[in-house]
Amino acid sequence: MKPTDISAPDYFHKVVDCQWACPAHTPVPEYIRLIAEGRYSDAYMINWKSNVFPGILGRTCDRPCEPACRRGRVEENPVAICRLKRVAADFKDDVKHRMPRPSAKNGKRIALVGGGPASLAVARDLAPLGYHCTVFDSDPKAGGMMRSQIPKFRLPDTVIDEETGYILDLGVEFKGGHRVDSLKKLLNENYDAIFIGSGAPRGRELDIPGRKEAAGNIHIGIEWLASVSFGHVEKIGRRVIVLGGGNTAMDCCRTARRLGGEDVKVIVRSGFEEMKASPWEKEDALHEDIPILNYMVPVAFKHVSGKLIAVTFQKVKAEYDAKGRRNLVPSGEPNQTIPCDDVLVAVGQENAFPWIERDCGIEFDKWNMPQVDPNTFVSTNPKVFFGGDAAFGPKNIIWAVAHGHDAALSIHKMLSGEDINERPLPEVNVFSQKMGIHEWSYDNDISGDKRFKVPHRDKVIALKDIKAEVELGYDVKLALGEAQRCLNCDVQTIFSAPACIECDACVDICPMDCITFTENGEEDDLRQRLKAPSPHHDQALYVAEGLKTGRVMVKDEDVCLHCGLCAERCPTGAWDMQKYLIDMTYAGSTCQSKARSAA
Amino acid sequence: MTYIAKPKFQHPGLPKNELGYTHRDYEGKVSTLCAGCGHDSITASIIEACYELSIEPHRVAKISGIGCSSKTPDYFLGNSHGFNSVHGRMPSVLTGANLANRDLIYLGVSGDGDSASIGFGQFAHSIRRAVNMTYIVENNGVYGLTKGQFSATADRGSKSKKGVMNTDNAIDLVAIALQLGASFVARSFSGDKSQLVPLIAAAIRHKGAAFIDVISPCIAFNNHAGSTKSFDYVREHNDAVNRLDVLTGRDPITVEYAPGTVQVVEQHDGTRLALRKIDADYDANDRLAAMTFLQKHAAKGQVVTGLLYVDPDAEDLHTHLDTVETPLNTLEAKDLCPGSAALEKINASLR
Repeated sequence: MKPTDISAPDYFHKVVDCQWACPAHTPVPEYIRLIAEGRYSDAYMINWKSNVFPGILGRTCDRPCEPACRRGRVEENPVAICRLKRVAADFKDDVKHRMPRPSAKNGKRIALVGGGPASLAVARDLAPLGYHCTVFDSDPKAGGMMRSQIPKFRLPDTVIDEETGYILDLGVEFKGGHRVDSLKKLLNENYDAIFIGSGAPRGRELDIPGRKEAAGNIHIGIEWLASVSFGHVEKIGRRVIVLGGGNTAMDCCRTARRLGGEDVKVIVRSGFEEMKASPWEKEDALHEDIPILNYMVPVAFKHVSGKLIAVTFQKVKAEYDAKGRRNLVPSGEPNQTIPCDDVLVAVGQENAFPWIERDCGIEFDKWNMPQVDPNTFVSTNPKVFFGGDAAFGPKNIIWAVAHGHDAALSIHKMLSGEDINERPLPEVNVFSQKMGIHEWSYDNDISGDKRFKVPHRDKVIALKDIKAEVELGYDVKLALGEAQRCLNCDVQTIFSAPACIECDACVDICPMDCITFTENGEEDDLRQRLKAPSPHHDQALYVAEGLKTGRVMVKDEDVCLHCGLCAERCPTGAWDMQKYLIDMTYAGSTCQSKARSAA
Repeated sequence: MTYIAKPKFQHPGLPKNELGYTHRDYEGKVSTLCAGCGHDSITASIIEACYELSIEPHRVAKISGIGCSSKTPDYFLGNSHGFNSVHGRMPSVLTGANLANRDLIYLGVSGDGDSASIGFGQFAHSIRRAVNMTYIVENNGVYGLTKGQFSATADRGSKSKKGVMNTDNAIDLVAIALQLGASFVARSFSGDKSQLVPLIAAAIRHKGAAFIDVISPCIAFNNHAGSTKSFDYVREHNDAVNRLDVLTGRDPITVEYAPGTVQVVEQHDGTRLALRKIDADYDANDRLAAMTFLQKHAAKGQVVTGLLYVDPDAEDLHTHLDTVETPLNTLEAKDLCPGSAALEKINASLR
C-alpha cells in the first residue's frame, strides 16, 4: 500500500466517524468535551455554527452520527450524541450576545421560499454578511415542518421560537402567512437570488377501495399532524389504525394516543426491522402501548353509510430474488379485517411545485423534480437555488441545514462574481495534545460505562397532555457520564517513522490490537496479516514507511480507542496525539477565490 | 510506564483459544517499566505463547528474583501463581516449588544481574539438576535500576551510555547452560516476537531445564551507539540459525517445507518442533557442535539466535530422584507415614 497522506483533510475527518457522518459535519467530540467540562454555552455555539438548531436537533435529529460512532463498534451502543447536544442547549447560559450582529446591508436582496430549516440556514449564513433576506412562509411563525409536523411532546414551541428567533434577530425579514403562489411573480420582484426551501409538503395518498366513501375518517398523516399542531384537531376516535412505517407514522400514533385513541395500532407492509422509522422512535411508540403489526398490506377500507368501520389487510411475506431485492408476495393466509374508527395514512411524502411555472428557466426531471446541482444547489436558472426536502425529496432536518450552508456559499460566491463550482477546501488544524510525560489536554482514561438512558416523563402523565415533553433530557450528572463515553476520535494518533526504533511498545500496549509492524503488501493482503481481524474495509489503514527494518507501520483505525497509550509508551515520541479540527467552509468564511488543489 | 490503566475494552474480533480465552485474558497489571523497555515485549511474548498453548492460567507458577526483569511477572498471567523471591534466589525457590508440586508449569523469570551475578550459582545448579522449568533471562547487559552500570553479560569492548569501555569479559549464559547440560537452549531478541513466541511455547512444552536468553535492549541506559545490546546492534548482528513452528496435537504437518530445510523434533508430550533451517549446516541436536558454533560466531561479534540445542528425550529432576507421580503437596499423612510397624522393620534391618 502507498503510505497514507495524513495531510489530506479528509483522511482524519473520516476517522472522526460521527463528524464525517453528520451532513453538517458538526465537530462532535469537541463539543462533547466542552459538555464534560460544564462549558455548555461554548458547546452550544460550536453546534450552532455547524447545525444551526442544536436545541431542535438535540430532540429530533435522525442521528446519522450515532450508527457511525466508533463506540458502537467497541461495545453495544454508541454515545448518545444527539441527547448530549440537547444538554448543551438545555444548560447553556444566555447566548444572545454571542450571536453575530446584524451588519450593514450590502444592498443585495435574497428571497427565501419556506420558513423551514433549509431557508433559515441560508438566512443564518447570509444575513450577517449584509444580505437582505426575506423569508416567505404560509404559516404565521417560522419553523416550517419542525413546527407543524413534529408533535409538541417531542419538540416544544419554546425551543423552536428560541432558535428560529436567533436567526430572525440577525435582521432577517419574515413574511408569515404569505404563501408564494408564483415563482414568476417572485422572479419579477428582482431579487438577486431566490432560495427554495419549501419542503416536501404533500402526504402520499392511499388509493384503495373505500377511500372516497370513508373519507371523513381517513386522514393524511402530515396534514393531520399540522392540524393538531395548530389546534384545529383536538380529538380522534377510540380505535385508530396508522398505516405506514416511517417516523411520521410514529408521530401520528403517539399523537393519536394523546387525543383519545385508546386502541392505536401501527400496521406496516414491510417487516418490523425494515421499517423506515428510527429504532428509538419505534421504541417510544411501543412503550406507549402501541403495537406494530407487520407484513400486512391494506387492500380496502370498510365502511357503513359513509362511516369507516374497519380496514382489510392482505398478509404478505418477504421473498428475495437473485439480486437480493425484496419482494412482498402474498403469504396465502386469509385476509384480516381490523375494526377501527379512524385511519391515519402516513405512507410517504412527496414534493409538489404547482407554484413553479414550467417556463421560468427551471428544468424538471421525469419525476417532476427540479434539476438541482448536488454540490452547488443551483437549479437550471442561475439565480434560483434549492435546498432541504425541496431539492432531493424528503430527508431530515440536518440534511436541510447542510444544504442551506452549501446553497448560501453558492449564493454568496455568485453575488461576489465568483465561480460557484469552485468550492473552497475546509481549513484544518492538527496540533499536539501533549502536556507532560503522561499528561494530555484531553481525558484519555476510557470510561467503561454503558449508554445512559434519558429520563422520560411518567407515561400516565405524558399521555394526558399533548404538550408535555416526554423526554426530560439528561441531568448534569447523567450528561457527564455519557460525555465521558466519547472516545475523542478527533484526537488522532500521528506516527513519525524516522523517530521509531521498532521496540514494539505501542504494539504491546494497544488495548485494541490496532497496530502492526509488517512487510508491506496490497491492501487485501495486508488486512489479512494484521494483529487483529479487520472486518470493516471502509475503515482506513494508516500506513507509514521509512522504518529501519524496511517494514511498514500499519494501524487499523477501526476500533482505536484514542486512549493515547501508544504515545505514552513510545520511548522516542514517534507517536503523538494531535487534535484534528476542521473548519467547514461557510459563506464568507474563506479568502476569496483562492484556488487550491483538491486533496 | 503509564498513569492510566489499560482499558478493558478489547478488539471485538479477537480470536479465542481452546479455553475460550483471548490473549488479553493472559495479561497482568499494566507495566511500570520505562516506555519502550524490551522486557515489555518479552512479557507480550509470554502472554502470546500461553494463549497459543491454551494454558490454564492457574496451572502456571511464575517465579522471579529482583530487578527490572523480575518485576515483569506482575505484568502477565494475572491469574497465575507467583513468587517474587530475593535477589538471585529464583532458581532455588522454583526448584523447591517444583519438588512440592510437579504438576504446575514453572516459569522462572530473571535478568542478567539476577542470574549472571548474584544468582550465578543458583542458575547453574537449577540447570544442572534438570529442574523441569522454563528459565527466561531478560538480558540487557546493564544494571538499569541503578542507572546503567555494566552487568556481567555486557560484552568486553562495548560502551556505556557515558562512553566508558567495558574491560571485563562477558558471561555467555547460553554457553554455560549448554555446558551445564540444559536440555533446551535458545537465544532470541525482544524485538523479534515471531522468533521469540514459538521458542517460549516450545520451552514450556519441554520436559527438563529449558533455558532462553532473550536480548532485551534497555531503552534508558543501553540503547546507544557502542552498545552491543541495542536494537540497532542486535538487528545488524543477529545470526538466526533457524525459525521454529510449534505443532501441538496430533494433526499432520500441513505447512509445506522444501526438502532438507526442516528438522522436526518430537518432544515428550507429543509437541513437534519444526525447525526451519536458516543455516543449513546447523544441527540443533548436537550439543558440542552448538557450543563450538556459538563461540566461533561470538568471536566475530555475531549474536546467534534460534533454538540452539534440544534433547527431545530429556529427563527431569523428578525422574532422577524417582519421586512419585502424585505431587508431594497432595500426599496424605498415611501415604507419607508408613506407621511404627514399618519403622520397626527398617530399624531391625539395620541392627
